[in-house]
Amino acid sequence: MKFVLEESKVQLLKERIQKHKQKPGPLMPTLHDAQNIFGCIPIEVQKIISEELDESVAKINGVVTFYSNFSTEPKGKHIVSVCMGTACYVKGAKAILDTISDMLNIEPGQTTKDGLFTLENTRCIGACGLAPVFQIGDKVYGNATKDTAKQAIEEILKSEA
Amino acid sequence: MNTVTLTIDGQKITVPENYTILQAAKELGINIPRLCYLKDINETSACRICVVEIEGMRTLKNSCTVKVQNNMVVKTNTPRVRKSIQKNLMLLASNHKFDCWKCPRERNCEFLYLLRKYNIDNSMGEDAYFAKKHFITNITDAIVLDSSKCILCGRCVSACQKYAGTGALDFNERGYHTYISSAQNHDLDDSGCIYCGKCIQACPTGALRERDQIDEVLELLSNKEYYTVVQIAPGVRAALGEEFGYPIGTNVEGKLYNALSKLGFDDITDTNFSADVTIMEEGTEFIHRFQDFKNGDKKALPLFTSCSPGWIRYIEQYYPEFLSNLSSCKSPQQMHGALVKHYYAQKINTPKEKIKVVSIMPCIAKKYEAKRPEMEADGVRDVDYVLTTRELARMIRRQDIDFRALEDITPSSPMAKYTGAGAIFGVTGGVMEAALRTVRDILEQKDYTDVDFAAIRGAGDGIKEAQIEIAGTKLTVAVVHGAVNFKEMLERVKQNPGKYAFVEFMACTGGCVNGGGQPILCAEDQENIDIRTERAKAIYNIDAQKQLRKSHQNPVVIELYQEFLEKPGSEKAHKLLHTHYAKKESYSKL
Repeated sequence: MKFVLEESKVQLLKERIQKHKQKPGPLMPTLHDAQNIFGCIPIEVQKIISEELDESVAKINGVVTFYSNFSTEPKGKHIVSVCMGTACYVKGAKAILDTISDMLNIEPGQTTKDGLFTLENTRCIGACGLAPVFQIGDKVYGNATKDTAKQAIEEILKSEA
Repeated sequence: MNTVTLTIDGQKITVPENYTILQAAKELGINIPRLCYLKDINETSACRICVVEIEGMRTLKNSCTVKVQNNMVVKTNTPRVRKSIQKNLMLLASNHKFDCWKCPRERNCEFLYLLRKYNIDNSMGEDAYFAKKHFITNITDAIVLDSSKCILCGRCVSACQKYAGTGALDFNERGYHTYISSAQNHDLDDSGCIYCGKCIQACPTGALRERDQIDEVLELLSNKEYYTVVQIAPGVRAALGEEFGYPIGTNVEGKLYNALSKLGFDDITDTNFSADVTIMEEGTEFIHRFQDFKNGDKKALPLFTSCSPGWIRYIEQYYPEFLSNLSSCKSPQQMHGALVKHYYAQKINTPKEKIKVVSIMPCIAKKYEAKRPEMEADGVRDVDYVLTTRELARMIRRQDIDFRALEDITPSSPMAKYTGAGAIFGVTGGVMEAALRTVRDILEQKDYTDVDFAAIRGAGDGIKEAQIEIAGTKLTVAVVHGAVNFKEMLERVKQNPGKYAFVEFMACTGGCVNGGGQPILCAEDQENIDIRTERAKAIYNIDAQKQLRKSHQNPVVIELYQEFLEKPGSEKAHKLLHTHYAKKESYSKL
């Protein structure tokens, strides 16, 4: 997916940066805002932050790529995250991850070409009682099986068709 | 300052309380090994090579950052310490690609030194399961970044921030996937890098190096199809000797000329000659601008020098609003190439297309400069190949030339004749001093004999300012060296309109003698020796011993204008010796 800088979003980010600059250490809050506003922090966005904060692009990128909360590539409309915490893992999370990975034809960390899905494996999300668990957006699917995973994805595909 | 007393390896010592254990040990003559530590530049305790045992503390501590305390008992060389260092070196080695014979740091690699010292076994690196498999490279006309040799010490990252002030290099990703480069390994040419090469001088291994052209030049010399003209920059002769065991600051000019002759160059010339020509052109430009300024054009001054290609990259990328202040003069390297091909060629009856110009430079940005598209005339490139001082040393060794046994020679080419003014281009303040010598003589129509401008010499301050009286007018001139100081200088210019008349900029601290292409000193020597000052002494000695110390008195330069260029700033001079610069955005090619 080609990343497009929308002027309204750039303006919003710049406003936020002006606010953050009034306090010491404005880079982290700026990056959180950038991730929320654009959905990712590619070099195009890093360049804007670089100019506003007078930090080099390389330094900003170093922070962006250090933390897994930030991403440099646009994420899909639906973020599918499969919990790979201990409880979920022993109850078969790997099979669920593989099923979804096969269905969408992407590896964890990747986004489908149509930009609909990003597949992620996450650490424990604190729902061990429902293990194995996966999430699509904010919705949590507990006691998951290969079939419920398949169903959930198919439903979204249908609604997006 | 309060002091504390501690014991290191059984010896008592009293040191200021802000000392680190490493510093205190040094006072006792105890040499603690280190790898990532570069005094005042990189003090991050990343490598864990300088660890020591401290009584009462459970774990080993980094001596480079832990401060001394009263009654501390430190042991620097216990079996536990050695075992820890060996383990860390083994892990570092397993991620390192060893092809030392073709590495430019073969002879002074700080990592290799430690591997030898601790007799490290590399079975892990030879095991395909452990060995690191994914490496990145970033190759431009000037520089090569090769992560297969990177040990992630971070010295280059800190040097880039603290010497260049650009922060073009940084860590990417994390953990096992960490690598150092521009953001996402974006083309370094388009990443805000100015090619000062401070990262190369900071690197303990060969992970950062110049873009090597030795093989191309050896090929050129062996096939005899072209008439080869070599030029050497002022700073080279003051440093090359270090590669062959001479003390820092030894001028090896005579042997250097001889080595070039032994290597098979047809004609040996000297960039110092074109430094003299640069003064004629730049001095004239200054005089014109000075007159315009006096006639009311407030934007005509200050004039900025344009000899340092690192500075050119800086102003083009970071302060393009000042481009109109930049002298239109090409650097001496490019002027020299243009003069060889369009003037000297006629004198030696050789078609310019049949000549190749090779430069020996203390600089890696010169490699880039020579490849700038506008650096040509009539479709003939000014300079064809650029080798650094280090590459030349390597080439001399590869050709089995016994440098120390060479006799001093003086080249016969007229383009090797230079004045003291040309020689001092290699040090901070030198271009300014050379220009002032000529400008003052011309404007006052006098022949001054005291030509030293002491106020603008020296490597101590990053920005030097002086008031110079010329033809009844007091001029404020400034000299700035080390790219990290450019911002401050340009802000001063912004805030004081009309104050500065002439400003010299050099991207490397100390000037070209400390250029990114010069022989590299290991971290400890960098800490103990001010190479900028030592090498500058060699340059000022050359100047002091010259009979002619002003560019406009160079007889060959006078002849050049009489029979070819007519006068400084002429149409012909503009075509061959001047150029233009343009704004350059970084991270533009996404």
